[in-house]
Amino acid sequence: MSKKIYKNARLLDPGSKLDVLGSVLIESGVIVDVGPGVFVDAMQDDIEVIDCSGVCLCPGLIDMRVATGEPGNEHLETFDSVSNSAAAGGITSIICLPNTEPAIDDVALLEFVERRGAEVDLINVRSYAAATKGTLGLEMSEVGLLYQAGALGFTDGHKAIHDAMLMRRLLSYTTVFNTMVIQHPEMVDLVGEGVMSEGTVATELGLNGIPPEAEVMLIERDLRLVEMTGGKYHVSRVSTAASVDAISRAKSRGLPVSCDTTPHYFTLNEEAVRGYRTFAKVSPPLRSEDDRQAIVDGISSGVIDAVVSDHSPRDQDSKRLPFGQASFGVVGLETLLPVTLEKVHEKSISILDALAPLTCNPAKLLGLKEGRLQKTYPANFVLFDLDRPFVIDGDTFLSKCKNSPFNGKKVSASVIKTIRAGNIVFDINNSSID
Amino acid sequence: MVSVKNSVASVEPVYRFKHLLGIEGLMRTDIEKLLDLSDRYVKSNRLADKKHSTLRGRTLINLFFENSTRTSTSFELAGKRLGGDVINMSVGTSSIKKGETLIDTAMTLNAMHPDVLVVRHADSGSVHLLAEKVNCSVINAGDGSHEHPTQALLDALAIRRRINRKLDGLKVVICGDIAHSRVARSNILLLGKMGATVRVVGPPTLLPVGLEKFGVEVFHDMESGLKDADIIMMLRLQTERMTGNFVPSIREYYQLYGLDYNKLKFAKPNALIMHPGPMNRGVEIDSELADDIDRSLIREQVEMGVAVRMACLEALVSQQMISTKDH
Repeated sequence: MSKKIYKNARLLDPGSKLDVLGSVLIESGVIVDVGPGVFVDAMQDDIEVIDCSGVCLCPGLIDMRVATGEPGNEHLETFDSVSNSAAAGGITSIICLPNTEPAIDDVALLEFVERRGAEVDLINVRSYAAATKGTLGLEMSEVGLLYQAGALGFTDGHKAIHDAMLMRRLLSYTTVFNTMVIQHPEMVDLVGEGVMSEGTVATELGLNGIPPEAEVMLIERDLRLVEMTGGKYHVSRVSTAASVDAISRAKSRGLPVSCDTTPHYFTLNEEAVRGYRTFAKVSPPLRSEDDRQAIVDGISSGVIDAVVSDHSPRDQDSKRLPFGQASFGVVGLETLLPVTLEKVHEKSISILDALAPLTCNPAKLLGLKEGRLQKTYPANFVLFDLDRPFVIDGDTFLSKCKNSPFNGKKVSASVIKTIRAGNIVFDINNSSID
Repeated sequence: MVSVKNSVASVEPVYRFKHLLGIEGLMRTDIEKLLDLSDRYVKSNRLADKKHSTLRGRTLINLFFENSTRTSTSFELAGKRLGGDVINMSVGTSSIKKGETLIDTAMTLNAMHPDVLVVRHADSGSVHLLAEKVNCSVINAGDGSHEHPTQALLDALAIRRRINRKLDGLKVVICGDIAHSRVARSNILLLGKMGATVRVVGPPTLLPVGLEKFGVEVFHDMESGLKDADIIMMLRLQTERMTGNFVPSIREYYQLYGLDYNKLKFAKPNALIMHPGPMNRGVEIDSELADDIDRSLIREQVEMGVAVRMACLEALVSQQMISTKDH
């Protein structure tokens, strides 16, 4: 394979705090040189030159929380559709949740996910394994065997690990393997019949509320168990100021704790539910404006390690329903980068602080050699234009599902090209979007 | 040198205490004396005539509130070979089934003037409670997850006889379900007193907290835990003492912590394998390995059991005679 050079790009590598005009030289799917002073003799070497003037180049996004439909719900999403949707969003690696049918709680099922991802071969597809058998929250799954087979973490996905004794044993047992337990932060007893965040909007709309405390209470319980066991613990999707505060304090005490959030928690608040918009029905629910602001601050301060799409494909049948009956969840692969970059445009988060939770931070949490613009790293990166506005339109999504809360929102940045292992896996010029 | 046949008359007391409730409280010299006496019974048990008169006229009651094969049988044999009258009581036939409390049962039996009570019970500390209420000597044959002193003694005897020297400096690795194991606790105490280095290996869910304070090195994987091991003691998963799942599955447990020839390579080339029984082949130990006479001490452990229990019975009865004389 010949060499390629991406020239005159604004190189953004949050892992090394690099923000400079320069080039990336790649060969055989690997970065061989990067920086402002990459010199190649185009006359001597057989090099393809791609001019990237006016465009940003950053590591390919690592989305550490994606729900797919395979196996069991292929009508919602397949590895083909999820890979194309991710590539269109500048994402070169996804980590799948185990909430499939059947749940990924067995080595054979884990191998199925990785094999299907490799068959499509557009992006890197990896998976978590169920923390409990069948994600039923009753018995620990075969953590050791699943870890050896490549599971990147253990979670019951969108279900909380409720039983404190089981959580203690999980955190304790996983210390042997240096892997993490990923928690859905909601105390189920307090969620009850709730469908949106508890507060004046819920009261006005006559909807059952979920108290924001339900989130931090489970996190605080778990933090005690982390202290007891030394297990690595990751909270997936924090949505309240209290949660950010609890995790911040745990980190400052040196506990092995991390967390992520999604664009809707730092972009939208509970007002988005007005009109009984089921596309704004998510779990945990959209919170108050103060909470939203705390999530923005949590990203800037680094308390929040990662930003994930929490891509949750839902069909019309499960969303075109009275609010109380509709499913929780939104799609997010194709809006993850543009919506996050809106915070950069608003100057509420710096560009490197906005990109780190999408690239080097998840790579570090998961132990992946990705997410950096560095020699010997795989040539996974995304070219995006910070000033190429478009209006988000669910109908153009490559995902099979269109349930986005950002439908109709105008955003400033567009993904231009996505490169994975040196190959272009998405190009806006070949896409029907443009 | 006194002969075994009339060692009851020995002037030097073999044992200083009224009961044998645990390894805790014993000194190295106490243990060595019991092992020396056991050694002589090993020889005597291999003869055609195994009978002694040490316990003539004495009554031994085996009171087992938990199921047992090897321990109850070996105490019964030990008592009979020493010439005592042996009564076996197990839960199925006792008044416990009819709602009698532990202490009432003890008082009832005490009224019949037994000389030694051998007690096994599922609750830690229950044998000590019972010992406070009776006049006779009590041997703890296993209380909950607390102690099983005769098992630790027979393990030490089996090791000592095989390596033909004292236990000082030996590296002994105890693997598996330490949390629920009384055998592990008694062995950790005994081996420490005898100068051996003790390690434990197991998943964190099966290791009780604070083990380091017992002078034990803790490992979570077999490769590093078994390094340079002289002796490997495998323990059974005590599922009857578990609520909820401590390990995900048997197949995962076997793969990570089950002893097979591959994992054995991490230990010293001639490392010996022990198991207190009952064994679960294919769970904590490979079947072929368990039967490998070059590496496995498992059958010797059972043989040592009878001798050690004879020694303990003799020790208690001779102590009773000395203390009676004193009064």
